[in-house]
Amino acid sequence: MEITIRSLWTLMHGMGFGALYLLACSGAIVALYQRYSTEPPPQNPAGRGRFLGIYLSIMAALAWLTVLTGTYIIYPWYRAAPPKDTVSLGAYPRFLLLSHPATSQWHLIGMEWKEHVAWLVPIAITAAAFIAIRYARDLKHHPQLRSALLGFTAISLFAAGIAGFFGAMLDKNAPVDGGQTIQLIKGE
Amino acid sequence: MSVPANIISDQSRITPNGSGAAAILSAGIGSFAIALFAIVADKSAFVKNLFVFYKPTGALSGETTVTILLWLAAWAILEWRWRKRTVSLRRINVIAFALLGLSVLLTFPPIGDLF
Repeated sequence: MEITIRSLWTLMHGMGFGALYLLACSGAIVALYQRYSTEPPPQNPAGRGRFLGIYLSIMAALAWLTVLTGTYIIYPWYRAAPPKDTVSLGAYPRFLLLSHPATSQWHLIGMEWKEHVAWLVPIAITAAAFIAIRYARDLKHHPQLRSALLGFTAISLFAAGIAGFFGAMLDKNAPVDGGQTIQLIKGE
Repeated sequence: MSVPANIISDQSRITPNGSGAAAILSAGIGSFAIALFAIVADKSAFVKNLFVFYKPTGALSGETTVTILLWLAAWAILEWRWRKRTVSLRRINVIAFALLGLSVLLTFPPIGDLF
């Protein structure tokens, strides 16, 4: 059982940081809605306000790790140009997708949207984490800040969902693969 | 009836919403910037070349770096101006969410290509 170094990074980016973010996002939305949808909001023990700030900060860290690994580690492999005499485009996903009309839109719409919309996620969730930490238990006095917190988390989930969907489809049609091979389990 | 000096009313202990408003509006500005830079770089080869900060990543490196710097600068300025104030958050929320929504739409290539 082997995995290439590029596959491993893709796995960490998508299945690790990205998927964890999406899971955490749905949890955050449910928690925010349950805590603040009732008027007046329920009294919270001291620790709960702090917990939300820590939870959203971990989400922000995941979002930053996802976009930074995607942009600076995986994307250069994805967009690398093949040498002139290259016969197989398997190691050049962007050019492989663009070489066929049936797959070109995965790059022209999918990757072009994903590479930009994904950056909305860390911006939105960092702002949400800051608000949760800065206001903590005081959030109960600020209904419009609570709305913004919920809205930012929901938009970040939507943007991360777009990026995640196209990331999975791009990897299905033209996986980023290659580089050094790591042997996970030796065969018999 | 006088209130003892050591009793502070609940209202006076509420943190002003200015810091939150600064974070909200700057996030809207930052999000919109990425969509704007993506469109401008797509239309102009000159701008696209200017945005190549790291060649393997291409123009995306510059678009995102400048966006982050702009977002943080906007945040710092708004935080400095609003941190002790209570501002009209309803209007700021509407502007920020409009910018966020627009940025989701404008980063979608068939819409971005209309400009």
